[in-house]
Amino acid sequence: MNRTKGDEEEYWNSSKFKAFTFDDEDDELSQLKESKRAVNSLRDFVDDDDDDDDLERVSWSGEPVGSISWSIKETAGNSGSTHEGREQLKSRNSFSSYAQLPKPTSTYSLSSFFRGRTRPGSFQSLSDALSDTPAKSYAPELGRPKGEYRDYSNDWSPSDTVRRLRKGKVCSLERFRSLQDKLQLLEEAVSMHDGNVITAVLIFLKRTLCKEILFRELEVRQVALRHLIHFLKEIGDQKLLLDLFRYLDRTEELALSHYREHLNIQDPEKRKEFLKTCIGLPFSAEDSAHIQDHYTLLERQIIIEGTFSSPINLKKTFKIPDKQYVLTALAARAKLRAWHDVDALFTTKNWLGYTKKRAPIGFHRVVEILHKNSAPVQILQEYVNLVEDVDTKLNLATKFKCHDVVIDTYRDLKDRQQLLAYRSKVDKGSAEEEKIDALLSSPQIRWKN
Amino acid sequence: MAFPHRPDAPELPDFSMLKRLARDQLIYLLEQQHEVDKLYKVENKPALSSNEQLCFLVRPRIKNMRYIANLVNADKLAGRTRKYKVIFSPQKFYACEMVLEEEGIYGDVSCDEWAFSLLPLDVDLLSMELPEFFRDYFLEGDQRWINTVAQALHLLSTLYGPFPNSYGIGRCAKMSYELWRKLEEEEDGETKGRRPEIGHTFLLDRDTDFVTALCSQVVYEGLVDDTFRIKCGSVDFGPEVTSSDKSLKVLLNAEDKVFSEIRNEHFSNVFGFLSQKARNLQAQYDRRRGMDIKQMKNFVSQELKGLKQEHRLLSLHIGACESIMKKKTKQDFQELIKTEHALLEGFSIRESTSYIEEHIDRQVSPIESLRLMCLLSITENGLIPKDYRSLKTQYLQSYGPEHLLTFSNLRRAGLLTEQAPGDTLTAVESKVSKLVTDKAAGKITDAFSSLAKRSNFRAISKKLNLIPRVDGEYDLKVPRDMAYVFSGAYVPLSCRIIEQVLERRSWQGLDEVVRLLNCSEFAFTDMTKEDKASSESLRLILVVFLGGCTFSEISALRFLGREKGYRFIFLTTAVTNSARLMEAMSEVKA
Repeated sequence: MNRTKGDEEEYWNSSKFKAFTFDDEDDELSQLKESKRAVNSLRDFVDDDDDDDDLERVSWSGEPVGSISWSIKETAGNSGSTHEGREQLKSRNSFSSYAQLPKPTSTYSLSSFFRGRTRPGSFQSLSDALSDTPAKSYAPELGRPKGEYRDYSNDWSPSDTVRRLRKGKVCSLERFRSLQDKLQLLEEAVSMHDGNVITAVLIFLKRTLCKEILFRELEVRQVALRHLIHFLKEIGDQKLLLDLFRYLDRTEELALSHYREHLNIQDPEKRKEFLKTCIGLPFSAEDSAHIQDHYTLLERQIIIEGTFSSPINLKKTFKIPDKQYVLTALAARAKLRAWHDVDALFTTKNWLGYTKKRAPIGFHRVVEILHKNSAPVQILQEYVNLVEDVDTKLNLATKFKCHDVVIDTYRDLKDRQQLLAYRSKVDKGSAEEEKIDALLSSPQIRWKN
Repeated sequence: MAFPHRPDAPELPDFSMLKRLARDQLIYLLEQQHEVDKLYKVENKPALSSNEQLCFLVRPRIKNMRYIANLVNADKLAGRTRKYKVIFSPQKFYACEMVLEEEGIYGDVSCDEWAFSLLPLDVDLLSMELPEFFRDYFLEGDQRWINTVAQALHLLSTLYGPFPNSYGIGRCAKMSYELWRKLEEEEDGETKGRRPEIGHTFLLDRDTDFVTALCSQVVYEGLVDDTFRIKCGSVDFGPEVTSSDKSLKVLLNAEDKVFSEIRNEHFSNVFGFLSQKARNLQAQYDRRRGMDIKQMKNFVSQELKGLKQEHRLLSLHIGACESIMKKKTKQDFQELIKTEHALLEGFSIRESTSYIEEHIDRQVSPIESLRLMCLLSITENGLIPKDYRSLKTQYLQSYGPEHLLTFSNLRRAGLLTEQAPGDTLTAVESKVSKLVTDKAAGKITDAFSSLAKRSNFRAISKKLNLIPRVDGEYDLKVPRDMAYVFSGAYVPLSCRIIEQVLERRSWQGLDEVVRLLNCSEFAFTDMTKEDKASSESLRLILVVFLGGCTFSEISALRFLGREKGYRFIFLTTAVTNSARLMEAMSEVKA
């Protein structure tokens, strides 16, 4: 129900009128003029309520609203509220009294006189505009005086009704009383693709059909069904939503929907209690386990000081995979620069009591993580040495300047050339340089090159 | 750098008109009120204003209505009378009015609409600024914005002439197009007799190509968006960029002369370009040496301002580049990109999977981890069940169990799924449907629908040649195809589809691709019989992205335009990127 041309036209005129009168600045004016030209180049698509345009707008200062409601509102006096006219809806609030009366001439405003003057020659008069109105759509209404055709408004077909709704007009749905009529209306709305209108019809159906019938009919109308589900989610009608999922036998969505509610609970104790109610719900098998974990986790957090919360214990309870555990623990300990703990993390004892270093994530990752947490070279070196693949080891050692590892590796590879090349990379007169020199002149090594 | 357009490339229409229209409309709406003195952001807290009237400019959302209702009802309780006005943009929804009615404030507030649905972010980019479109439609299946899209198209066609040739792919594209046609019919004659300015229109649903939107961006504008988030065409550069203690809000569009030359460039070229530019600038400054007084006067009055402006822009973008470099180095961007490319090409799946696993375990970033999982899922037609379960479990343990709601969303949207043996599925399905009534069969089909809708990325990629065969190095300085926006590794699927259809002026010969995209019923062509379109207008193409487009896609199509002598105009529901898509699917505490 976007702004129609009629409104823009009108807007333009009153707006420009003001600019014209009070604002002499040329720049503004010429810009406005251009806009006007643009607006005018939109051809007038005049609504049948176009003549309302000529009414003075009563805005804030007008009387506060009586009761207007678009379509979905009961009361016998509904014919009044079916009166189309966005103007009334928009700003003039004393609507019901207005609607009953034929339009008094006195409501023509001062600005409507000026309008004629400020419009350029291309001004389309009301009659011009009306003659342009596509006759097919509004034919039955055109000939009649307003007050009269209002009574006929109840005769709109589903397609007329949907079109009016689409344009954001007031339109009664009350006449659609038989189930068949209601469904026809819904199908018409769906065929137009406009979600706003589909939802409008659904709101009406929700109010006028018992839920079993509503659910039954929507089950075979998937597009409408999706709209109802989203609508219920948005307005937070959790009860009806759960009923709907139950009816549709969508057990998993039912469970998830219920579970979602915990996000709105602030108090940890209450949250925990709520999660307890989720545990038995028909989640998928894997999700059931996650929900159970979530509950246990909250329980733990509440008694965090207890011994149940040692990292190892948590790992066991939540079946945290080795990799994940090690990565988390490693990052945490490295941040605290607790190198002994890091060491312990990778030390395993075999059944004979020998200790062995093992890292489920590979020592090359360990080195990188340690480096990121600015571990000293001595520590890095230790772990670089544990990297099995020689190329990776050399790369890392070079990257992180673990000279000893590089030198030892080249020695083990008996690669004289590389060692010689590396000599230029270490500081002059350093211990490393001495070490290289000693190796290079050692007669015990059989260099391969 | 910054390749010029071909001399025969058409001129772009002037979209500033849209801005003025919208602005004037808003001024008019506000004018109706007396003295709007201050604008507040709608947040869920009491209004501080002591004003006698309150005006709310809001998106039509239930939660905004609840906020307004609370406020009005609190006023009522306190015996305070004020006037309230709600201006919905771009339109009012019936559901909103229903809430106002239910909350008992229907008569107390008056409603209006500001039909502002097209914001020209740049000379060739129109945004509807509806990021919620993506979730509303692609997750919830809510079609509330389709009318807005149709109205926007209608406005464009009234301003810039009819669209003689239209193409589209996707369910939403088809519906939007149909509704737009309906509007045109209803206001028959509106554009009759006018010469079309825009020769081709192409509508495309985001879900026909999730892959492109999920990739890390490496053209400058995309990278800036990924790193700093461009909002409404402007970006907040923090102190790390401005090298001062202040943040700076910078407009990024064609008017920024420095930016417009680097925006479409692969990041690896940008540094070189900027330093060249800096040298030129220095040389121009240096010219002032040896000037006599008159020349100096000229220099100061005419050139200096421009040079200073350029200087300012240059240092900003250099700062931005440095900051991007720093961030990317820290997050091992190289390795990340390597993994993405492997996923796109479909090799080393095991390595990629364990890379993602480690990403999750190290709690690098919940959004990034999710993005990589989705990329793996879509390129592989779903994760194998064992991986799905293990990655999901680790994700929940790393980032919080409530994310199982996120996983449910992703599955529904088809972004992250579990592999199912496809053939047996259809066999079971058809068997079942023979046995039971239609209605029940429909139900079963629906239950299977998320599984049945396979992404088929690998097959599509093969058909459309999305992974260029490269001999030797891909020269990013002289791009040869649209793949340059992803370092030469991948031609964006969405852009390739558009290119192919424009070449053929139809979907002919693309049946297999369309089928693989699950769009057999939703690919359409509509050509008008009478051809009044000038050859110039036939090279002006409006591309409509439903659900958002990325800067990489824009850059790729701009490139294609330069190659073929087209100009593209982009209309998107919002500019998006991988992080925004993932956030739209995330379900976490408010």
